[in-house]
Amino acid sequence: MNSNILSFENVTFTYAPEDETVKPAVKDLSFSIQDGEWIALVGHNGSGKSTIAKLMNGLLFPQTGKVSAMGRMMEEESLWDIRSQMGMVFQNPDNQFVGATVQDDVAFALENNGVPHKEMVLRVKEALHQVKMEAYFDHEPHHLSGGQKQRVAIAGALALRPRLLILDEATSMLDPQGRMEVIETIRELRRATGLTVISITHDLEEAAMADRILVMNAGHKQLEGTPEAVFLSGNQLTTMGLDLPFAMRMTHLLREAGVELEAEHMTEDELVDDLWTYYSRK
Amino acid sequence: MDILLQEVGYSYAKDTPFEKRALTDVSLHIPSGSYTAIIGHTGSGKSTVLQHLNALLKPTEGSVMIGERKIEAGVKAKNLRDVRRQVGIVFQFPEQQLFDETVLKDIMFGPLNYGVPEEEASRRAHELVEQLGLPPEVLTKSPFDLSGGQMRRVAIAGVLAMEPDVLVLDEPTAGLDPRGRREIMDLFHRLHIQKGLTTVLVTHSMEDAARYADRVAIMHNGHCVVTGEPEEIFSNEEQLGDYRLEPPRTIRLQRKFEAKAGIKLGAISLTEEALAKNIALALLEGRDSE
Repeated sequence: MNSNILSFENVTFTYAPEDETVKPAVKDLSFSIQDGEWIALVGHNGSGKSTIAKLMNGLLFPQTGKVSAMGRMMEEESLWDIRSQMGMVFQNPDNQFVGATVQDDVAFALENNGVPHKEMVLRVKEALHQVKMEAYFDHEPHHLSGGQKQRVAIAGALALRPRLLILDEATSMLDPQGRMEVIETIRELRRATGLTVISITHDLEEAAMADRILVMNAGHKQLEGTPEAVFLSGNQLTTMGLDLPFAMRMTHLLREAGVELEAEHMTEDELVDDLWTYYSRK
Repeated sequence: MDILLQEVGYSYAKDTPFEKRALTDVSLHIPSGSYTAIIGHTGSGKSTVLQHLNALLKPTEGSVMIGERKIEAGVKAKNLRDVRRQVGIVFQFPEQQLFDETVLKDIMFGPLNYGVPEEEASRRAHELVEQLGLPPEVLTKSPFDLSGGQMRRVAIAGVLAMEPDVLVLDEPTAGLDPRGRREIMDLFHRLHIQKGLTTVLVTHSMEDAARYADRVAIMHNGHCVVTGEPEEIFSNEEQLGDYRLEPPRTIRLQRKFEAKAGIKLGAISLTEEALAKNIALALLEGRDSE
């Protein structure tokens, strides 16, 4: 059995193939994602991230190269089967609501996939519980606040019990606690079910929680590695319009202010420990 | 221009079975020339308050003074054109409101609608495109051929082209990459400083509120519960916790450091630069004295 749940092989995609002045949105991109992995896809606006998301679920097909998912090549015939195993949540929840109530909305995809009513009721409840929105069962989605809407959208994807969950800037509208709650929920789900997660994000703190980070720049893959490895290439990230995690930024600023810290720090606690050592040494 | 909310209450779908209360007894003063951040947990009523600032929503109780204009519960408000020009709102994902053939036409649409001569509207569009860090070529392009970040800037230019007296921003940088976010927030801050533009920022980001605002209002369950200066609001962690908010990261880190080292830094650190300076001062000063 192939343990790759998703792979891109030399994928190139252009929005205007007949116009040579238009640069490809994604250029000769290859990567593969293992079953059960958590991958963060980061990159500046216009780096090709959203195009990649659309190539992943067959909303777009590459001009050259090959996209495979769930062990099958992405093409017209396999598309629906592949999609039924993928949950996708986009940035702006307002664009993805169809149901008149929260529970209808979460049930929508289940109904489309022919899930029996009894099972459906169960799954809707479970998914809403997972995102802590069970109290809003009969509310109208349009009357919810942005963050609440996004949690409902995530519940809609979870209810399908997908093998692969793709989050396209899905937490960017949430407040810090809401974001942590959702990330924590997804972490738990992943532990319990072996869910594979691809999170497309600008949030470096969120990316830091992934097993592996892919950094996109102007349509091609610039960096790939563990969060530690990727963040250590600090300047490369900032020149690409990205940022460093807070603790690393503070480490750099402290150095500029004359505090001679030797190591790089990924977390606040590490940084505080180092500062304390520095302080007690004086 | 001042905006004054007095005992404002608001219910969605009032007098129907679907009535839902969003605001209760909200009193809030936004002084002319201030930079006010409105913060609050998800669902606290921030966005509902925002829509009262240019009478998109009219209070179901109380009143809103927008400059000289009074919008009162139960009184029909007519001719809100001036109010809508004076108070510009940049909504969440404003790029969804782009519609015209070219960026130039899109930015000029608002001013032309308000009788600004074509030449002047075009001048404003050119100037704003430059201010927002977009290449001049975009003016002749369709807004829909631009990247998400560029579309956001064009939409913001469309609001600024109206030359509002008050600029209201609802999470204006959601979805932008870190550099784009900083550039746009710095631009709003520059406009605020240079032109004295009264600015209201509705945000989840305590870091942005701490860095840019000179006044902070906390919304909680439809009430405006606290207003004050960022230093006092953000140094009161207990109060923030009561309203399900967290202090900015810089203050969290400052407290961790203070607890570990058993010292107190001289000042509360509202920005990363200030925190680095305050910690360096404590560390290096201590060392010199020995």
